[in-house]
Amino acid sequence: MENMSIDAKLALDAFKIDEESHIQIDEARCKERCQTRYCLYVCPAQVYTLSPEGEILIRYEGCLECGTCTIACDAALAWNYPRGGFGVQYRFG
Amino acid sequence: MAEVERVEVVIVGAGLAGLACAYHLADGGIETLVVERGDFPGSKNVTGGRLYLHPVRRFFPPIWEEAPLERHVTKERLIAMEEGSSVTIELTSERFREKPYHSHTILRAKFDPWFAEKATEKGALIVPKNRVDDLLWQGGKVSGIVASGAKIHADVVVAADGALSFVVEKAGLGKKREPQDYAVGVKEVIELPEEAIEERFGLSHGEGMAQLFFGSLTEGMFGGGFLYTNIDTISLGAVVGIKALMEKGPGFELYRLLDSFKARPEVKPLIEGGDPVEYSAHIVSEGGLESIPQVYGPGLLVVGDAAGLALNTGLLVRGMDFALASGALAAQTIIEAKKRNDFSPASLSRYEGFLKESFVLKDLKTFSEMPRFLQNPRLFNLYPQALAEGLERLMWIGEEPKEKISTTLWREVRRVFRPSVMGDLLKIWKI
Repeated sequence: MENMSIDAKLALDAFKIDEESHIQIDEARCKERCQTRYCLYVCPAQVYTLSPEGEILIRYEGCLECGTCTIACDAALAWNYPRGGFGVQYRFG
Repeated sequence: MAEVERVEVVIVGAGLAGLACAYHLADGGIETLVVERGDFPGSKNVTGGRLYLHPVRRFFPPIWEEAPLERHVTKERLIAMEEGSSVTIELTSERFREKPYHSHTILRAKFDPWFAEKATEKGALIVPKNRVDDLLWQGGKVSGIVASGAKIHADVVVAADGALSFVVEKAGLGKKREPQDYAVGVKEVIELPEEAIEERFGLSHGEGMAQLFFGSLTEGMFGGGFLYTNIDTISLGAVVGIKALMEKGPGFELYRLLDSFKARPEVKPLIEGGDPVEYSAHIVSEGGLESIPQVYGPGLLVVGDAAGLALNTGLLVRGMDFALASGALAAQTIIEAKKRNDFSPASLSRYEGFLKESFVLKDLKTFSEMPRFLQNPRLFNLYPQALAEGLERLMWIGEEPKEKISTTLWREVRRVFRPSVMGDLLKIWKI
């Protein structure tokens, strides 16, 4: 069993993707209040990445809804569960 | 959703605590609605995991025989890991093979739908695919919920919405969530034929194994690894404290830690040739007794993970038994409150009393020092390392003549010993 990329791991899961993101970020507060940007590395699904321009990109489609980011981020995240019937649907759990 | 405007009780979340509560409320003739955001009960839930049944059997006497549980655990392994070596302690006992069984491995997406069916048979209404967005208030009391735009009024709302409970937050019952009070777990479910699992783990038909790992696999962070055998899958995962993870710094990835864990010689042969079929993540409350929110409020009760009812003692990890019991006790509280026709906070506060009289808060109180004890980094680096290295030195025969066992032991003790170790030894008497 070789190491799997995060995308390969997420591809094992069933997702029902909503058109709108359940995660919002306040870019101004993020830049002003947080240097560490915990979200970039605490998320087990690598939902957060940095654009070449230094903006945080959110791939909410692959969110596993654990909420680690919202516990780690003190500054700028507005995180909610996806709307009813959307998001990850575990078949084993 | 729109057709229901008023029920006696609304339960937010169809996990174990919510369903246990619904089962008993419906059984007691209370009109009960469970609102679940997933496609079906269990579709958003993740466990390690294993369920201890003895504490909760009396709450649900007739139903366990037919429950879709995985394997009853007959072997327990505790593995201290060091880079390149490890020490395993294995316990097996005839007591684990006696019916009714001590504990079972489970998969929530299989178990919860079955449990939901049981609650439905009793008369509860379970509505999936609806997220509860807000609470309704009337005269300073929670009087219902808003789900998918529909208002539903109720005498009591039960918050069973898990470790990240927005109901508790909106009702103002909890403290701010602190990273040191939570851990995050990642898990892979790996498919293997039933016979292969029984052969690899040395299990008779239907028997299961539970393994807990600690030490170098979490790279010094608070946490550990777990492996549970299901019928034809293996649940393999790692858990790390969110504070420790934040301190780890950029460049670290939790999913890679899981891959390194899978590549360890203690794990690799056990999952060889298996197909990963699911990757999941979930947070776990690690704060123990001190991080429990107020469990009742005006018009509101809090059950299961939403109430932080989880306990990690290093040797065993519990939460689902607390969830089932707290759900049942919340139902008992509501049934009694209805007889008095009194849903005031004083009346609902009986729930806290029930929890205190039960194993739930008794066990959490007994182990109230545990969260502080487990935050000690030496448990995850120095001690497993000393154990594995010390034993290796005792077992090793090299070219040089072998020294006395006592000489090796004494050198190891001197190598490990420092003032903080004395403090740790004293702390053991508190846990």
